[in-house]
Amino acid sequence: MRWLRRHLIGIIAILVLVYLFVPIAVVGVLSFNSPVGKYNTSWNEFSIDAWTNICGVPGVCSSFVLSIQIGLFATLVATIFGAMIAFALVRYRFRGRDTTNLLIFLPMATPEVVLGSSLLALFLNLAFPLGFWTVLIAHIMFTISFIVVAVKARLQGMDPRLEEASRDLYANPAATFRYVTFPLVLPGILGAALLGFALSFDDFIITFFNAGTLVTFPVYIWGAAQRGIPVQAYALATLVFLVALVFVLVVQWINHRRRRSLEAAVGIST
Amino acid sequence: MTLAPGANGVDVADLTLINLTKSFGDFIAVDDLTLTIPAGSFFALLGPSGCGKTTTLRMVAGLEDPTAGQIMLGDRDLTSLKAFKRPVNTVFQSYALFPHLDVFENVAFGLRRRGIKDVAGQVNQMLELVELGPLARRKPGQLSGGQQQRVAVARALINNPGVLLLDEPLGALDLKLRRQMQIELKRIQTEVGTSFVHVTHDQEEAMTMADTVAVMNMGRIEQMGAPVDIYDLPTTRFVATFLGQSNEIEGQIVESSGDELVFSAYGQRFGVPASRSVVDQGPAYLGVRPEKLGIVPAGQADSVAAQANQVSGKITDTSFAGVSTQYMVMTSWGDEWIVFEQNRSASQPLRPGDEVVVHWLVEHSFGLSPQV
Repeated sequence: MRWLRRHLIGIIAILVLVYLFVPIAVVGVLSFNSPVGKYNTSWNEFSIDAWTNICGVPGVCSSFVLSIQIGLFATLVATIFGAMIAFALVRYRFRGRDTTNLLIFLPMATPEVVLGSSLLALFLNLAFPLGFWTVLIAHIMFTISFIVVAVKARLQGMDPRLEEASRDLYANPAATFRYVTFPLVLPGILGAALLGFALSFDDFIITFFNAGTLVTFPVYIWGAAQRGIPVQAYALATLVFLVALVFVLVVQWINHRRRRSLEAAVGIST
Repeated sequence: MTLAPGANGVDVADLTLINLTKSFGDFIAVDDLTLTIPAGSFFALLGPSGCGKTTTLRMVAGLEDPTAGQIMLGDRDLTSLKAFKRPVNTVFQSYALFPHLDVFENVAFGLRRRGIKDVAGQVNQMLELVELGPLARRKPGQLSGGQQQRVAVARALINNPGVLLLDEPLGALDLKLRRQMQIELKRIQTEVGTSFVHVTHDQEEAMTMADTVAVMNMGRIEQMGAPVDIYDLPTTRFVATFLGQSNEIEGQIVESSGDELVFSAYGQRFGVPASRSVVDQGPAYLGVRPEKLGIVPAGQADSVAAQANQVSGKITDTSFAGVSTQYMVMTSWGDEWIVFEQNRSASQPLRPGDEVVVHWLVEHSFGLSPQV
């Protein structure tokens, strides 16, 4: 009993982690499977075919590249506009500021089904051909809100005295923006862009409504699920997970080093 | 090391505020302020929070637009000049160092913005002055509070401002470091010869550092002068209690004989020199500083000189602090007085409950107007 009481938190933590990571582990393991029949659901035999011939199944790699392309374009445009909107909302008082704040928030609160279907209705009414451009427009539209919110938070958290100090030190408004405001907000903008890319990359519902015959990676997976997902898709999914994992580890490592050097510095100086 | 004044195109000059006013809606933060801060002086604006001292400083820096009035540096009118064009620099409360730039770049910031190409010599010289040479490549986040403070001073001073403004610069430091930085700032000011305008709510800090202290309250300057003079002879009840401590009696000035006024309260008479009283008849307050008081047991009242002012009372609290003892004395009319007594005698301190006579010299009294 005592042993259980002592280790209860640890046990629960392990259970939660297992719950979170078992699905990912299953996908990773099955990417090394050589399945019998169409469905890659039960273990048959170890194979690295899917990894060595990752583009071997038609559609897997082309949809993957397309999703990355759309993600990059959508993020670029949404970040530029989103950051500018955030600056306007935080820095200036103007008529309709509160309304704009509310309207920016709405797309995040609206169900994707509603957004996707109403966009489709709009494009059909305009007789706009569905495809790459409609998907891109849709992605820019729904990522922009998230980017505005993220950049706004960073701007609001910035000490207004820093810009005052810059003005006090002979920097005109343009120089203050270039040398103080922008460098300080940049991490917030990059974080927002990363979030925007992640949202765009794995969006299915809005994309599906407005894609026409265009096949993005999530749309491909959905289609393939009906007929049996090729092992290559498992390999690609695992790859994406690994890239994300490496990314997170690198950021953690940099932060850790920075904290250590900071502690060392303070330790020496006091 | 000496820095030649004028590197910023400005010689050290008098800073003059003329009828300076700032209101936020109905609230008047600074009320028709007129004052001159002489070139090269260490000037302290002292007051409680919300008295308008920081607003005054921000108007001089150009970070706040005055509602009315003028700000002159020498014969140059700064009033409508943008902050980034004013030959004035600020050490901000909590420093506002640029977190993404290292110490060197923080200090070089002002020079670079003014288009000066070769900054290394000046920056290193300035870092030398504030003893931060070895830390030039550190980021502000890697410095201790005292070091950050010195970077903030260096970053402002390197521009050779006509006036250096300091907004509660020591507020974030612990007591020991604060004492150290007070001496340091005073040394730097003497070395560079620039006028320092120092805003603070800490009366001890203002008195130890400044040549001239202006005590501010509710947007106005109550009294201005050398610390010794205003401490010795406060002219308002606010100054008497904000700058140090005071004991007060409420009463009337009833007659004057020569250069001494007679003050009457609770059936007793007290003397105050006419030159130390702002009122010469009618309702008034008599004040005296706690360390000017002597205290004897009631039984030894005869030993007190007859012409000295006397108040009898009963001790309610005694706190012994080594070099001195602080007594709280309840006067016969029920006011609580503070008495500081140096521990020079061999006898034990008096105890709570003891009946005592508190006495002081007529020339230590000061007379104040009853208005706060």
